[in-house]
Amino acid sequence: MINFEYARANDVADAVRQIAADPKAKFIAGGTNLVDLMKEDVERPSRLIDISRLPLKTVEETEDGGLRIGALVPNSDLAYHPLVGQRYPMLASAVLAGASQQLRNMASTGGNLLQRTRCFYFYDTATPCNKRDPGSGCSAIGGINRINAILGTSDACIATHPSDMCVALAALEAKVHVAGPSGERAIAFAEFHRLPGDTPQRDTNLNPNEIVIAVELPPKGFPSNYTYLKIRDRLSYAFALVSVAAALELEGDTIKEARLALGGVAHKPWRDTAAEAGLRGQAANNQAGFAQAADLLLRDARGYEHNTFKIDLARRAVVRALTQAAQGTPQSQSDKKIR
Amino acid sequence: MAPNKISIELVVNGTARQLTVAPWTSLLDALREHLDLTGTKKGCDHGQCGACTVLVDGRRVNSCLTLAVTKDGAKVTTVEGLAANGTLHPVQQAFIDHDAFQCGYCTSGQICSAVALIAEGKAKSPDEIRELMSGNICRCGAYPNILAAIQQAMGQS
Repeated sequence: MINFEYARANDVADAVRQIAADPKAKFIAGGTNLVDLMKEDVERPSRLIDISRLPLKTVEETEDGGLRIGALVPNSDLAYHPLVGQRYPMLASAVLAGASQQLRNMASTGGNLLQRTRCFYFYDTATPCNKRDPGSGCSAIGGINRINAILGTSDACIATHPSDMCVALAALEAKVHVAGPSGERAIAFAEFHRLPGDTPQRDTNLNPNEIVIAVELPPKGFPSNYTYLKIRDRLSYAFALVSVAAALELEGDTIKEARLALGGVAHKPWRDTAAEAGLRGQAANNQAGFAQAADLLLRDARGYEHNTFKIDLARRAVVRALTQAAQGTPQSQSDKKIR
Repeated sequence: MAPNKISIELVVNGTARQLTVAPWTSLLDALREHLDLTGTKKGCDHGQCGACTVLVDGRRVNSCLTLAVTKDGAKVTTVEGLAANGTLHPVQQAFIDHDAFQCGYCTSGQICSAVALIAEGKAKSPDEIRELMSGNICRCGAYPNILAAIQQAMGQS
């Protein structure tokens, strides 16, 4: 690993001041992704600013009936928090679908948002990668791209965002609260992560010198009809090939509201409100309607040499996930049989 | 550039230890190289295998991805700290009873992970134990015996 300086931040304002003073500095919280990338020589910060002791570790109810999750709440604490389990079980399920218990104990809520792609070429410093080294080219296009994106890609990058948690947060329409030199602002979840375009080195719309301080969940949590269905190469402890966060609000046997987001298929959690709107007013057991929503969500999907299978896999996973959600039988993250 | 080393204190297996480490020293290297506690193993060094699992303030973590300086003041428990007064921890004894290892390289990580799993109280069924132990890889494939050992130790706790 490279040599670097280490400093602790005393409070959020101090963290913002310290990061502004050194453009090559990075924040460290759990470090599960950053330390690994530093060992791989992908990230080369001059200084690590330790924010892990800042008082951003609480889960609080908001006035409108939502929840505000501090940026330093560990993933495991988030997943097992009673209010998250009761009101946002899809989020708890998604968090528990990712990583291992050791990593979830370390990883923070804010860091989960900011983790970087696991595209093989991003990690392999011997190969070109526009995300790691802008302008050098994309080795995944024309390379080994089985794990790469099928939606929202560009000629510069076909990487995916690796998070499970973020797929649920996208479906739940969370907000990301950040602080910077000019104060605090809130970013709608759909606007937080970016598509690669011609600037794949930028994963998010977080500005330099800004810090994530909280994630806010709106009151609507879809606690009755939801699922997080994750398809991967191993039964556990593997990134998604395709994942689906599906949440329904039913009125009798009719769908009143639907939320649908895909993971493992794009540079950000993939959501399309047109696909959700099409489900509204449909019968909750209408498999043909589920397939139509899947087709709409995937209408612009494009396969590369090794990942075309993801298009059909995603289509089938969406139908299965909507069925699980409608029936109130969410996917278990322990018993991996998909029913 | 040679950044300054930093003095920290870790309470390791109940004993306060002062050490001076570079910022990039992992908790794993601090334990093995600075404190001569070589029970904790370096497998992949990338958080993928779990051989380096230790407890920090009672929670299981990958010590290879933990920078020692970030844990200044923390309580660390390694496999060396589990036995009490010459008696093996019930999880250690269960691993022997069930022959829950072959080469043994992953074992200290498996045992620390299992101790934490039992304390967390989330896993009840075999499926749940397997899922919450999935961060510990055993390349010898002793998984059925590891599961049996954890079930035995759970029954005793």
